[in-house]
Amino acid sequence: MSVYAPQRPMTAGPGRRSSPLTWRWIDRLVLALAWGAGIGLCLVGGAIVIYMGVRGIQFLRPELLFSRPAFGTTQNESGGFLDPIMGTAILTAIGISLALPLAVVSALWVNEYGRPTWLARVVESTIEVVAGTPDIVFALFGLALFQTQLFAPFSFTASGGGVFGRSFFAAGTMMSLIALPPIFVATRDGLQSIPMHMREAAFALGKTRIATIRRVLIPAVRSNIATGVTLGVSRIIGDTAIVVLLLGATLRLEPQGSVPGVNVLRGTGSTLTSYIYDNSPAGEGGAPQKAYAAAFVLLVLVLALNFTLGRIGRSSERKGSLTAAQGIV
Amino acid sequence: MSPETMLLDPFSRAGDRDEDELVPSARPVPPVRTIVVDRPPVPVAPPHAREAVRPARSAAGPERIRIEDVHISYVERDAVKGVSLSIHQGEVLALIGPSGCGKTTLLRTLNRLTELTPGTTRSGNILLDGEDIHELPDTTLRSRVSMVFQQPNPFPMSIFDNVAFALREQSRKRPGRKELEPQVVDALRRAGLYDEVREELDKPALRLSGGQQQRLCIARAIAARPEVLLMDEPCSALDPISTNTIEKLIGELRRDLAVVVVTHNLAQAQRIADKVAFMYLGDLVEYGTAADVFEAPRAQRTRDYVRGAFG
Repeated sequence: MSVYAPQRPMTAGPGRRSSPLTWRWIDRLVLALAWGAGIGLCLVGGAIVIYMGVRGIQFLRPELLFSRPAFGTTQNESGGFLDPIMGTAILTAIGISLALPLAVVSALWVNEYGRPTWLARVVESTIEVVAGTPDIVFALFGLALFQTQLFAPFSFTASGGGVFGRSFFAAGTMMSLIALPPIFVATRDGLQSIPMHMREAAFALGKTRIATIRRVLIPAVRSNIATGVTLGVSRIIGDTAIVVLLLGATLRLEPQGSVPGVNVLRGTGSTLTSYIYDNSPAGEGGAPQKAYAAAFVLLVLVLALNFTLGRIGRSSERKGSLTAAQGIV
Repeated sequence: MSPETMLLDPFSRAGDRDEDELVPSARPVPPVRTIVVDRPPVPVAPPHAREAVRPARSAAGPERIRIEDVHISYVERDAVKGVSLSIHQGEVLALIGPSGCGKTTLLRTLNRLTELTPGTTRSGNILLDGEDIHELPDTTLRSRVSMVFQQPNPFPMSIFDNVAFALREQSRKRPGRKELEPQVVDALRRAGLYDEVREELDKPALRLSGGQQQRLCIARAIAARPEVLLMDEPCSALDPISTNTIEKLIGELRRDLAVVVVTHNLAQAQRIADKVAFMYLGDLVEYGTAADVFEAPRAQRTRDYVRGAFG
């Protein structure tokens, strides 16, 4: 690496530029609007975070995080929201563990095999349809699906023989559809950014296509997959419609059946979003203070996920991601 | 030679006894640590420098690849029309010619990478040590006929894993790091990279400079001891100093392998090649020793091309 030694001392900052006062009026207007829009967005975002922060810290007590919801007439008696937090965690786990393999494998197939072409196109547009479908539609469809006799083992059956159709299984399955598109798109875009000669290099060393996928392509898109998963997780924990329709709307986790573990999955419960909805003045209005506290927890979770997302991006740059390295040569 | 002695001294092969000073293990090439920008550009092949890379005596060994009347066509055009060539161990064959003349297609046919392009058809025979390459499984063929590409393309993993990549998964049982280490170090040494990366085998390969990355790709390609090494314009993305290093390396590698290099750079072909094949619009116009093709070309078109009249 050469050392560039300037003869003259360095001056900081850019050289002279034209003053906006000399610009055409339309350019000046757009510049002012751009400043205004940026600052306005910051104000709105800041206001939400600060308001929720103040309210949340005001009402949040550590014991709320570790105590179960209770049925009480006043806010002091209604307990904490341990169960909604666990509900959010369980739903996220189910949704991601279903969506991750499905999305990665289909992205790999579409990008690396993709034959016949019409089938690859159908797969891609199906995922676009899934991405564009409102979650309430999934929720309704899921309810119809899981209330059939075929899916009876996934929820509890009432004494009359009617399938309840609402359980962590049912909600988690539909949640996986919500998390699937971001993981698929992130993986596919990562694969597309890998130059063809990278694959050929592996083939030219006598590797099969599947070995190339396993040893070269998947490691290369690992950070893309992580980005997709983080996006998927934040979509799942923020979703309300599926929870309201498909999780049975019990404040506490209500296991069904006798097999430990599975009984929770077959049972009903709530998540932070449905807990907020229930306790807000719009829901049953039982405990707005609890709603604020839970909303604050949810907000912190989502912000933490966004932070993780930024970290993933930066660390893949630091490690010298493929796309960055290809730009050098 | 038994495999054990080969591991201990990978460079002792039949022939070439008097050229041992070219071997890096005998006299390590000092590592290129700093690249000074304000020094004059590397002169293009003065004759004495050329001789330093290319020994006077031709070191041609047994025939490795025989190409017999090969035609290759893509959907819309014929890329290679009836080429016959023979490639020997111990010599560097340079394929030269203007863009689109079919030289890269011919190169990629030798390890059947052209099959990845849908709609490619072929006729004629290509024999690797007497066997038709189309009868061999593609993975076997490609581990015997390895390739280095125009862009340095190390995999996004550590330096060690890049070189070990070709050695792993040869069998069901994946060999461990201890077993692979001698072979990896040997390959890095033969690629002239070991002294520069000795301490950082676990660092990501993408941190290396462009020239080091390309030498890593060469190490990766020769790690499994292929019989033939194909190089598709291996220096066209590199600076003159890295190019010089890699050209020296090609001169050393050819004692173990047959090397086929596609290049646009006539001066480079002159510096590194023992044999030169000039292709034009899919035809093999001229084939001969480097001296013959460059200094006494038979065909008018070759004469025009090597003198820079077109291309």
